[in-house]
Amino acid sequence: MSDTELAFVRSEEIPPAPPPASEAGAVKWMRENLFAGWFNTLLTILAIYIIGRFVVFAFPWFWNGVWDAGSIKECRDILSAAGKTTGACFAVLVDRWDHLLFGFKYPAEGYWRPTLAFIMLIFAAAPALFAQYVPRKFLIFTGLYPFIAFWLVWGGSLWVPLCILAAILATAYIFRVVENLDVGARGVLAGIVGAAAGLGLAFLLFQGATELWFISNSVGAGGALGTLASLLFKAASIFMFVFFIPMGIFVGYAIYNDAEDGGLVTVVTALFAIYVMLAYLLSPVSGALNAIIPIELQAVPSRDMGGYMLCLILGTVCVSLSIPLGIVLALGRQSNMPLIKGVCVVFIEFVRGVPLITLLFVANVMLAYFMPPQSNFDLILRVIIMITMFSAAYIAEVIRGGLAALPKGQYEAADSLGLNYTQSIRLIILPQALKISIPGIVNVAVGLFKDTTLVSVISMFDIVGMIRGPIQQSTDWISIYWEVYLFAAMVFFVVCYSISQYSQWLERQLATDHK
Amino acid sequence: MTTLADAPVSNTPKESFRLAMLLNDTRYRSLTFQFIALVAIIAFMAFVGGNLVRNLAEAGLNISYAFLGEPAGYDINQRPIEYDSQSSHGRAAVVGLLNTLIVAFLACMTATVIGVVAGVLRLSNNWLVSKVMSFYVEIFRNVPVLIWILIIFSIMINALPGPRDFRGDNPTASMSFFDTVAFTNRGVFGPAPQFTNSFGATADVPATSTGLDWLIVIAALMLSFFVARAIRAWATKTQEATGVRPATWHMLLATWVIPVGIVLTFLGLTWEIPALRGFNFQGGMQIRGSLIALWFALAIYTGAFIAENVRAGIMAVSKGQTEAAGALGLRPNLIMSLVVLPQALRVIIPPLISQYLNITKNSSLAIAVGYMDVTGTLGGITLLQTGRAIETILLLMLFYLTISLLISAVMNVFNNSMKLKER
Repeated sequence: MSDTELAFVRSEEIPPAPPPASEAGAVKWMRENLFAGWFNTLLTILAIYIIGRFVVFAFPWFWNGVWDAGSIKECRDILSAAGKTTGACFAVLVDRWDHLLFGFKYPAEGYWRPTLAFIMLIFAAAPALFAQYVPRKFLIFTGLYPFIAFWLVWGGSLWVPLCILAAILATAYIFRVVENLDVGARGVLAGIVGAAAGLGLAFLLFQGATELWFISNSVGAGGALGTLASLLFKAASIFMFVFFIPMGIFVGYAIYNDAEDGGLVTVVTALFAIYVMLAYLLSPVSGALNAIIPIELQAVPSRDMGGYMLCLILGTVCVSLSIPLGIVLALGRQSNMPLIKGVCVVFIEFVRGVPLITLLFVANVMLAYFMPPQSNFDLILRVIIMITMFSAAYIAEVIRGGLAALPKGQYEAADSLGLNYTQSIRLIILPQALKISIPGIVNVAVGLFKDTTLVSVISMFDIVGMIRGPIQQSTDWISIYWEVYLFAAMVFFVVCYSISQYSQWLERQLATDHK
Repeated sequence: MTTLADAPVSNTPKESFRLAMLLNDTRYRSLTFQFIALVAIIAFMAFVGGNLVRNLAEAGLNISYAFLGEPAGYDINQRPIEYDSQSSHGRAAVVGLLNTLIVAFLACMTATVIGVVAGVLRLSNNWLVSKVMSFYVEIFRNVPVLIWILIIFSIMINALPGPRDFRGDNPTASMSFFDTVAFTNRGVFGPAPQFTNSFGATADVPATSTGLDWLIVIAALMLSFFVARAIRAWATKTQEATGVRPATWHMLLATWVIPVGIVLTFLGLTWEIPALRGFNFQGGMQIRGSLIALWFALAIYTGAFIAENVRAGIMAVSKGQTEAAGALGLRPNLIMSLVVLPQALRVIIPPLISQYLNITKNSSLAIAVGYMDVTGTLGGITLLQTGRAIETILLLMLFYLTISLLISAVMNVFNNSMKLKER
């Protein structure tokens, strides 16, 4: 444009100057993240002071730790001989390792069994937990796992779990066969099954009615309340006496009437089959097989379970049982049938309103009163029942949240496709509702796993019970606490933290919405 | 069933009731299901009730609550109301119940403070502080509360000096806070307020209880509360009228301090300092190790959960709100208190309710450290002494159920008052 002679024109860009030292690197980071303003500086100094105090206190204790000693006295002698004023006695962990993990009654030569079961649990859980990465066919192993684990942990004859498995498979086969029968044959079968079921039901109801009459006669003595209770039981008894024959006929008729569709016939036949197999065939068949080919592990009674193993057993069993129960309760609470809804609401609110300890007391001292006389329920089984009920109520509330979060259009769309209730729940509603509920379910599961330590209150020897009982009260390790409690805290932390991290990962995997 | 062969053919089939409709017709099917459910429930009751009656008869027991009136015969070490071993089981249960409420209240307050501080600090832009808080939250959330209770209890009884360490010419331990508080393995001994001029006392008969005095103090505080509210309302009105908020802090301070001060001076408040007599500290207020263990363990454990709720609540307030408040010229602390927290509170309160319920229910773990709450008295010693498992456990459940329902009712009222008022 202008042809003025310029003295100098830079032909290339100047390389950018480095930012000032206070605006780059570690200095900048520290200024922004640690010393932004006087308040932040104060906080940082306070935090450094606290961490410093903690490290100064804890590190020598940890570093001087004695790993090899027979008793707390020996351990303190070693420490004072070395001139140390502080130091941990980790020797207790070495000395009582088996007790902490397996309890003090589990046979020592069988420790490999729960260990193996635990390792297999990881492989069994993998296909369910990491569904994208593990082929679906490994789910077969997950299905077999409960039987294997039961046999490994409790021992006894291998034929018992095998026969139960066989019974379940046979039932599934019968279910398939009945489902595929042609209508005529199914009608005949429905007639037989319906008559049998109706007769059986009428008999049961008749027994119930006489039982109610019996109760009404024995509660009458306790004043006005007793009289009222007695009258109520009498009324219920009369109700049952009136209805036991019509109910039997009706249920029989319902099964027969359903022959064309076949749902009821198949379910009732399958139930009937598995009942007969488990109640009448299981023990003779498994006994006979064991007599021919004995495959046995030393049987360990439930009361010998203990240590961290007991927490893991209770945790896994109760979580896996309470999820289906929780789903049923949540669906029941959503039901538009007032009676069923009422029962579910009362159950959920009742269980959520009382502490787990009271339920464990129920398992410990009260449940036996409600069982038939002379029936001998294992304490561990009673505890499993109560913990499962407890966590099922919480899971039900989580799933109810998931169900409520689904738009109503999903339910209507399922209806308009002509799906019946079961199909719409199974194919449309639950897959979506469960996906929403996963974080909540995992929270409940973690909470439940932590709550398994509460069984130490009803004198079961889980890891906390082992520490408070056999370890702290032994002459060797009297009133040792930091080392053992920190160990217990650590094993719980490892499991619970991994589960919550897994849940966050899964949430990210399942997020199909746009963010 | 009648066949209507010669009836006129109509387009709609005649609505006659058939038995199959009970199963196939959605209008009747739910009735059928409920009827079956009813029968099943009654049958279940019959099974359970019949077993109960037989088992009780076999054990020679009956269901009776008469034991509540019988003398309990055991001592309770923390008594909010008068109680001795001759008192009844019923009174022991009430003492336990009050102890449960005491520890639950203390733990709820402390957990809220810890949780709010930790939740806010976890969002701090100070890297170190937020990491320390994440560490705290993760460590405490993922370890059973029972283990925390036992750890703190063990520290209380093993690491603290015994009362005799305070004795002698060269004591190994000394009292803290200007010689007023002693931390011992038998609990913490601190100064207790006493009224020399107690209301129930005459010139020569000292008062038996200070309940009336405390009522007067509470009345004075209530008065201050209402006056302070009136002052604040006046300040708001003035601000709305003139645009300038009058400074009220000196008035508020006077309102809170003067009435209580007058009442306390009139009652003659003195502090009774615990002193070492015999083998233990006497006088003052004793807080037992079991209460402290339970209180702090519940507070820091639940505080970690509350911190997460608070963090989630604050993060749920959209950033636009903060920016808009900043654009209006509000300072950071005003943004937090006027804009962010009121909105975050709506998200925080519902989970906070369930955390309070959890504290109340977890306080039943008192039984592990020998704190005599209602589980320890009614569900513990009373159960063992009388053998009345069914009655005591049912009462225990009823109590916790009532407390849970009450807390959730109260907090729901609070929640509704905080809720966003929509059209």
